[in-house]
Amino acid sequence: MIVAALDVFANSLDFIVDQRHLLLEKTWDHIVLSAAALAVSVAVGVPIGVLLGHLHRGSFVAVNVANIGRAVPTLVVIAVGFVFLGIGFTNVMVALVILAVPPILTNAYVAVDQVDADAVEAARGMGMTPWQVTRRVELPLALPLLFAGIRTAAVFVVATATIAAIAGGGGLGDILVNQASYRVEGVVAAALCVSLLALAADAALGLLQRALTPRGLKHQVPAFEPDVRPVVSTG
Amino acid sequence: MAEPVIPDFGEASDCVTENRLFCPDWVRENWDPVLQPALVQHIYLTAIAVGVGFVISVGAALLAHRLSHVERPFAFLAAVIYTIPSLALFQLLVPVTGLTVTTVEIALVSYTVLILFRNTLAGLRSVSPDVLEAARGMGFTRNQTLWRVELPLALPAIVAGLRVAVVSTIALATVAAFVVSKGLGGPILGALRLDFRTEIIVAGALAVGLAIIADVLLVLVERVVTPWAATRRTA
Repeated sequence: MIVAALDVFANSLDFIVDQRHLLLEKTWDHIVLSAAALAVSVAVGVPIGVLLGHLHRGSFVAVNVANIGRAVPTLVVIAVGFVFLGIGFTNVMVALVILAVPPILTNAYVAVDQVDADAVEAARGMGMTPWQVTRRVELPLALPLLFAGIRTAAVFVVATATIAAIAGGGGLGDILVNQASYRVEGVVAAALCVSLLALAADAALGLLQRALTPRGLKHQVPAFEPDVRPVVSTG
Repeated sequence: MAEPVIPDFGEASDCVTENRLFCPDWVRENWDPVLQPALVQHIYLTAIAVGVGFVISVGAALLAHRLSHVERPFAFLAAVIYTIPSLALFQLLVPVTGLTVTTVEIALVSYTVLILFRNTLAGLRSVSPDVLEAARGMGFTRNQTLWRVELPLALPAIVAGLRVAVVSTIALATVAAFVVSKGLGGPILGALRLDFRTEIIVAGALAVGLAIIADVLLVLVERVVTPWAATRRTA
């Protein structure tokens, strides 16, 4: 059994070398799709979460959006999207955005909501406008938690984009769900690529987080930190 | 001459042939042969994964609570596995364990471990030093303190972790259908390939409903096992 398994892994390495053009092309499609979906989700989730957190309102909505998001299986979102939107890019984008918005929104809300009230008070006392308070005090202090949400969402999106292949999403999922054409070697090779891509996405966002963190707060932003906070309460 | 034998597959209703959004007659006919077994299998897949994951992670958390150098390597490994997309992890295990339930369970257990481990450990560590001091003052041994003080106080965090683990395992188990035709992912995937709307919607709704019911049940469990929290809630 072990020998057979090693054989498959050896063959899949051959596949990676032989089919590097195919894999690169699919990986690139995968990155474009994931990046587009993540960008839309950030554009939707961050402003809403930050606004609600700034006003300290809507905790019920913000927390429960995440719970519902967790309960809805990816495959169901894709399948139901397929029923209403048919095959193609739109369906896949909608499904990925639906999955990525909850962790982003909830983390943005919690991050801003729990910023030290004294710091906000002090900023107000210095005569800052609400916008300045958000921009210069709340956001920098909320950055680690906010980014934890975006990193979780990024891993979600990269992972889910593979399943999207059955609804015409393209990317590495095309290989992953098509063992008939690519055989086990191809599927294992694609699985390796997707796993590396997910880890790379997390690491890349970690670097971005580091770059955006003001120097005074930069004591520790590890390059690889896949959201290891405990889930304290789920509402 | 014998008459040609044409097998009788029954007759599809207009609703089914026209592939309308929801056909009650199809659901009635296929509940017993298709939907119910899939639902039961789904519950089994989830229960086994969370059960095994719970034993592993509580054991590891207790170990890490005693020997602090165990925590980092274990948490890191669990976090790396957690980042690997589910479909990819299933496929990576196929050469080793084949297209079996074992493959699915190994992957599902791995995903529950990170959630349960970090929550259990956080719960154990959240016990206030004053309480521990009081326990020692009452002459409790280390084991007595663990079983009668630390673990009960860690229960809310452990149950919070269980809720997240159960709900996300129910969602992830749908993806298992790419490896073995078990659980609600089977009908969803099959219907997706045939473009049959009723089955997609009903099986999808069952998966989401199952997650919500499981979550509500665990909230009730939490109230039963932590009766002291109720007085705090009303206060």
